[in-house]
Amino acid sequence: MADPAIVVTDLVKHFGDVPAVDGVSFDVESGTVLGLLGPNGAGKTTIVRVLTTIIRPDAGRATVLGIDVARDPQAVRTVIGLAGQYAAVDENLTGRENLKLIGRLTHLKNKLIDQRSDELLERFDLVHAQNRPVRTYSGGMRRRLDLAGSLVNHPPVLFLDEPTTGLDPRSRIELWNVIGELVNDGTTVLLTTQYLEEADRLADQIVVINGGKVVEEGTAAELKARLGQTIIEVDANDPALAERVQAALSPLGTATIHDNGERVALQVDNGPKAMIAVVRALDAGGIEPAGLEIREPTLDDVFLALTGQPATPEARESSGDDR
Amino acid sequence: MTATTSPIPAPATAAVHRARHVNLTWTVRDALAITQRNLITLMRLPQLLVFATIQPVVFVLMFRYVFGGAIKIPGVPYVDYLMPGIFAQTVVFGAVSTAVGLSEDLHKGLIERFRSLPMARSAVLVGRTTADLVRDFFVILLMSAVGFAVGFRVHTNALAFVAAIGVMLLFGWSLTWIFAMIGLKSRNAEAAQAASFPPLAIFTFASAAFVPVASMPSWLQPFARNQPVSVTISAVRALVLGGPTLHHVLASLAWSFGIVIVCAPLAVRMYRRVT
Repeated sequence: MADPAIVVTDLVKHFGDVPAVDGVSFDVESGTVLGLLGPNGAGKTTIVRVLTTIIRPDAGRATVLGIDVARDPQAVRTVIGLAGQYAAVDENLTGRENLKLIGRLTHLKNKLIDQRSDELLERFDLVHAQNRPVRTYSGGMRRRLDLAGSLVNHPPVLFLDEPTTGLDPRSRIELWNVIGELVNDGTTVLLTTQYLEEADRLADQIVVINGGKVVEEGTAAELKARLGQTIIEVDANDPALAERVQAALSPLGTATIHDNGERVALQVDNGPKAMIAVVRALDAGGIEPAGLEIREPTLDDVFLALTGQPATPEARESSGDDR
Repeated sequence: MTATTSPIPAPATAAVHRARHVNLTWTVRDALAITQRNLITLMRLPQLLVFATIQPVVFVLMFRYVFGGAIKIPGVPYVDYLMPGIFAQTVVFGAVSTAVGLSEDLHKGLIERFRSLPMARSAVLVGRTTADLVRDFFVILLMSAVGFAVGFRVHTNALAFVAAIGVMLLFGWSLTWIFAMIGLKSRNAEAAQAASFPPLAIFTFASAAFVPVASMPSWLQPFARNQPVSVTISAVRALVLGGPTLHHVLASLAWSFGIVIVCAPLAVRMYRRVT
């Protein structure tokens, strides 16, 4: 097995007195995708900014392809690509001019820049729009151009900071396909996301962080398995009732309220057997739920159990930027 | 998406990257790339061009025909006295757009990406100030043309006039480094604009730009006479109208180089530290 492409050891970064990243360690094997999963303000973007040499760590160590990000940032910059949640493209330049600018600033030869621009415009379906200023592009087109920009210098290591945040489902799936191809071609990817589906689908390995610390890591399957075999979901349709449901079910396992306080998820090992106990408990409490089901755990359940916060888009929008 | 038709070959970075570390050649090329990008932006945003060109032209016409009659300068037609002052006002106002443009860039994702590229750290600032210098050059050419059309005459010779424009532009370029720092310190473009106004107003109006310093209150005169905008206007006036010249020109060049030597490294340092 080759050395890991990214090694993060006891990384610390403070903003003022606030520890944004507080002793984080993880490795990313070459040619794999690591999903950094966490709520807003968990420290995901800060980790990416340290690894892409935008900010310096306060303590700890991080290497990309064996190069220390703090000691030799200039060398790190030649082997990485970064695409962010803000679509880092110039509004007033055309699509092609944007790629060319990045190529020039990456110190590629002009001929190679043209060749790469052709390839990437073709690949990201932007040929028809290549000579239009980016301000005329749709959100999905901008994001595609942004990702294309991060690939101009053929980086063996790619950082994607919430690459599909704010995209419509179709654009998201298109972007997932492209990321999947890059990985097939041998690129190592570190991906931050709040979309569990995205981590589930793209990431070989998931690191869940919260409050600047790693709270869990493993494959999607491992994370789900750690939660217990089965989830029994009670739809109370009312926060007050949900609390009564939680109280009634707590003796049977870990019961968590979610979905705006209207639903209760109970983790159990033996679904059918537990279901009978759940029905009895609810009946004994005189509770009539709106819905009751047995299901497999999702990464949403993992997220909720580990961070105490739901990973819903509503929660994301109300809490602002992830710095 | 035609993702399947054009697979990207396996990473081959060793062949792709010529320069691991930034040397002087790349520093210059990076700055040129950013300069070009800023000039394209200027060409594509009509409001920027209008702000940069129409306003100074209006000032020439307004001072020539509206205020000009009320201001008497002994021994020289007002328009000849005025033009060097208008040039100075143009480069000072132009420097504000350095602050605003830089502040706008900083708060977009673009600069975030630039920081992850192996480009020279100075390029964003050098590219910005250089593009603004090019813009100042064209605006001053345009204003000169308008000035000549409304009666402005050079009393010396063409070479001295070219030198005058050179002195003015160098001073304008030095100012863009001061305003670059304001842009770097501002929370957003509006704040940069607001923060730029006090120095702008003080240095253009408490100067020899439009009226003789001798007409100002005595407590203001020492400042108005010796501040760098006035010093540069005196140099340009001497070059255009004649009289003792060398002392004024050297004083202006000293200010310009002094400002760049102090402010450029400071601004680059600030840029590195902005998070």
